[in-house]
Amino acid sequence: MNNATPGTAFAIDVRGLKKRFGKKIAVDGVDIQVPEGEVWGFLGPNGSGKTTTIRMLCGLLRPDAGEGTCIGYDVLREPEKIKREVGYMTQKFSYWEDLSIRENLDFVARVYGLDNRKQRVQDTLKRLGLSERQNQLAGELSGGWKQRMALAACMLHEPRLLLLDEPTAGVDPQARRDFWEEIHLLSREGLTVLVTTHYMDEAERCDKIVYISAGRVVTRGTVREVIEQSGLVTFVIGGPDVRRFIPQLEGAPGVEHVAFFGALLHVSGYDRNLLSAALAPLKNISGLEISETAPSLEDVFIDLQRPRRQAA
Amino acid sequence: MSARNATQGFSPARVIAVLVKEFIQMRRDRFTFSIMVMVPTMQLLLFGFAINSDPRALPTAVHIADEGRYARSILAALRNSDYFDLRATAATPADAERMLNDGDVAFVITIPTDFTRDIVRGASPQLLLEADATDPAAASNAVAAFNMLTENALSDDLVGPLGKRKAPPAFTAVVHRLYNPDGITHYNIVPGLIGVILTMTMVMVTAMAMTRERERGTFENLLAMPVHPFEVMLGKIIPYIVVGYVQVTLVLLGARYIFHVPMLGSLLLLGSAIGVFIAANLALGFTFSTIARNQLQAMQMTVFFLLPSILLSGFMFPFRGMPHWAQAISEILPNTHFQRVVRGILLKGNGFAEIWPNIWPLLLFLGAIGTLAMLRYRRTLD
Ligand SMILES: Nc1ncnc2c1ncn2[C@@H]1O[C@H](COP(=O)(O)OP(=O)(O)O)[C@@H](O)[C@H]1O
Ligand SMILES: [Mg+2]
Repeated sequence: MNNATPGTAFAIDVRGLKKRFGKKIAVDGVDIQVPEGEVWGFLGPNGSGKTTTIRMLCGLLRPDAGEGTCIGYDVLREPEKIKREVGYMTQKFSYWEDLSIRENLDFVARVYGLDNRKQRVQDTLKRLGLSERQNQLAGELSGGWKQRMALAACMLHEPRLLLLDEPTAGVDPQARRDFWEEIHLLSREGLTVLVTTHYMDEAERCDKIVYISAGRVVTRGTVREVIEQSGLVTFVIGGPDVRRFIPQLEGAPGVEHVAFFGALLHVSGYDRNLLSAALAPLKNISGLEISETAPSLEDVFIDLQRPRRQAA
Repeated sequence: MSARNATQGFSPARVIAVLVKEFIQMRRDRFTFSIMVMVPTMQLLLFGFAINSDPRALPTAVHIADEGRYARSILAALRNSDYFDLRATAATPADAERMLNDGDVAFVITIPTDFTRDIVRGASPQLLLEADATDPAAASNAVAAFNMLTENALSDDLVGPLGKRKAPPAFTAVVHRLYNPDGITHYNIVPGLIGVILTMTMVMVTAMAMTRERERGTFENLLAMPVHPFEVMLGKIIPYIVVGYVQVTLVLLGARYIFHVPMLGSLLLLGSAIGVFIAANLALGFTFSTIARNQLQAMQMTVFFLLPSILLSGFMFPFRGMPHWAQAISEILPNTHFQRVVRGILLKGNGFAEIWPNIWPLLLFLGAIGTLAMLRYRRTLD
């Protein structure tokens, strides 16, 4: 199925992408190399430049600097060719709300000049379980169905690369799970996917992740690599009412951040000795269980989002 | 991949894609749709009935200094006309002037001393109409009627040697007021409405069309697809051309069956000229929509363009009565040329040769604005 152009092992291969809006530098030298057929997560806080980067990849914004290719076409010189073979799902739902699901797909099929239009639309509707709702107006759909329709529309023309910008924001867990199953299915068929998300469980479903902050790549790799590269040490504290310790721990030397999730207090820092010292006063309190664990991706991201962090 | 049609250049299929989408959206947008039917109907009724630019039975005083038979014939003719209501007789010229000045009457008609005798002698006496020129447009039809009527009033009387006297005429009718060469009439207004209605709705609807895509965020999607700006423009414009013709048909039916406007020229020629005019307006609306950031701005730009199109195009005020700078501006406006075309074809029975001088400026406008629209249409979100 996957007909890779000889010589390009990368579906996305860009270096030094830069984009500024007035004085604000939205993207500041981003390099991304995504091998064909992989699913990559693109993460970072709001306003870090994810959407802008994706728009540059698919020819919607012209980079101020940088170079590279997307599915073998030059991002600066061949945006029209890229558009033809990339499926882009915008962050905000951008299909026509006053058209039905079917009419939206018909429009897309016509614009891409697809043969057997009716059949293709029919098949895609079926594949994504949209057949019964095909005559509903897109504007009347709930978030999950909208997202499903958008996915249907952007894979209708059998793109080689999918760029999905926060496709699961505001979608319920079951719909998210279904969505990711579809993504993995497509990936097995040879499609390359770059997807932005704020969900840790989704990041963990990716082959690799790229994390950007303030327009720069801060870390990248598999989930395991990202955790290892962080150099973070994390202790968890369990027990009744552990949250009351947050204030005293947050200011302590060696403690980078404290987070409460999974009914446990996660206390992270870079220096094991300093952390132990900070936790020492709690060791005598009965009912508390304190132990060191491997930091979770969430611990790492909370840490990465702290303003003073620099690129590794 | 085999699924994909590899054409790089212009693709009619993509135009059809946009076209189908626009038609569906137009059908669902009841509000816009009803506006497009309501506007011509309202305007037709407003301008046709309510705004009467052809008032009749205007109060008139006569100053009669001759009691001869020709003077009586003239008076009888004036009485028979709808335009003049001979309600006062002025004893002296000063009396007449006072009545006009006080606004008691709109006209004073003076039949000079020895009017009848001078006609018999062939001395061509003067028949004077003094008009209250404060509302020249309102009076212009009465003035025109005066000229017509005085010419014909004596035709029954002037038989024999006097009737054969072709030149000089038996008498001259003199009108004292600013002459209004275009004389606005009912007949003028209703065909002219076609130009105004099309300018209003066509520019507005297309100006909104692209802006709406941008406001709703669907523009980003459109940009991400392999569709050429020109294809988008065509696809968005064609449905509204159809709408434009529906409006024109409405107005023409009204003109014909309610206002009995004469239709001397070829309707096919008119239809073709209207096509050019509609396209010019749509291209302008499309250009506006590439500039406006939201629908409000698009609306404001439309109104900004609409005002001179109504006021300076010759629709409301006679073109030749305007100062040169205003004439220069109006020569750029499509509606100015269209007013001449539509009146020329309907009222004067003009053919292609006569309207061509006003068609090529429309084509030029279309070409220039269409190019500008294409240049302005950004293919990226920058
Ligand atoms: N069209 C634009 N004009 C001006 N500033 C923009 C524009 N698009 C994005 N930005 C700014 O660039 C930065 C990056 O935005 P974005 O790429 O949308 O971030 P993310 O998708 O990661 O949330 C933000 O500060 C945003 O305000
Ligand atoms: Mg974003």
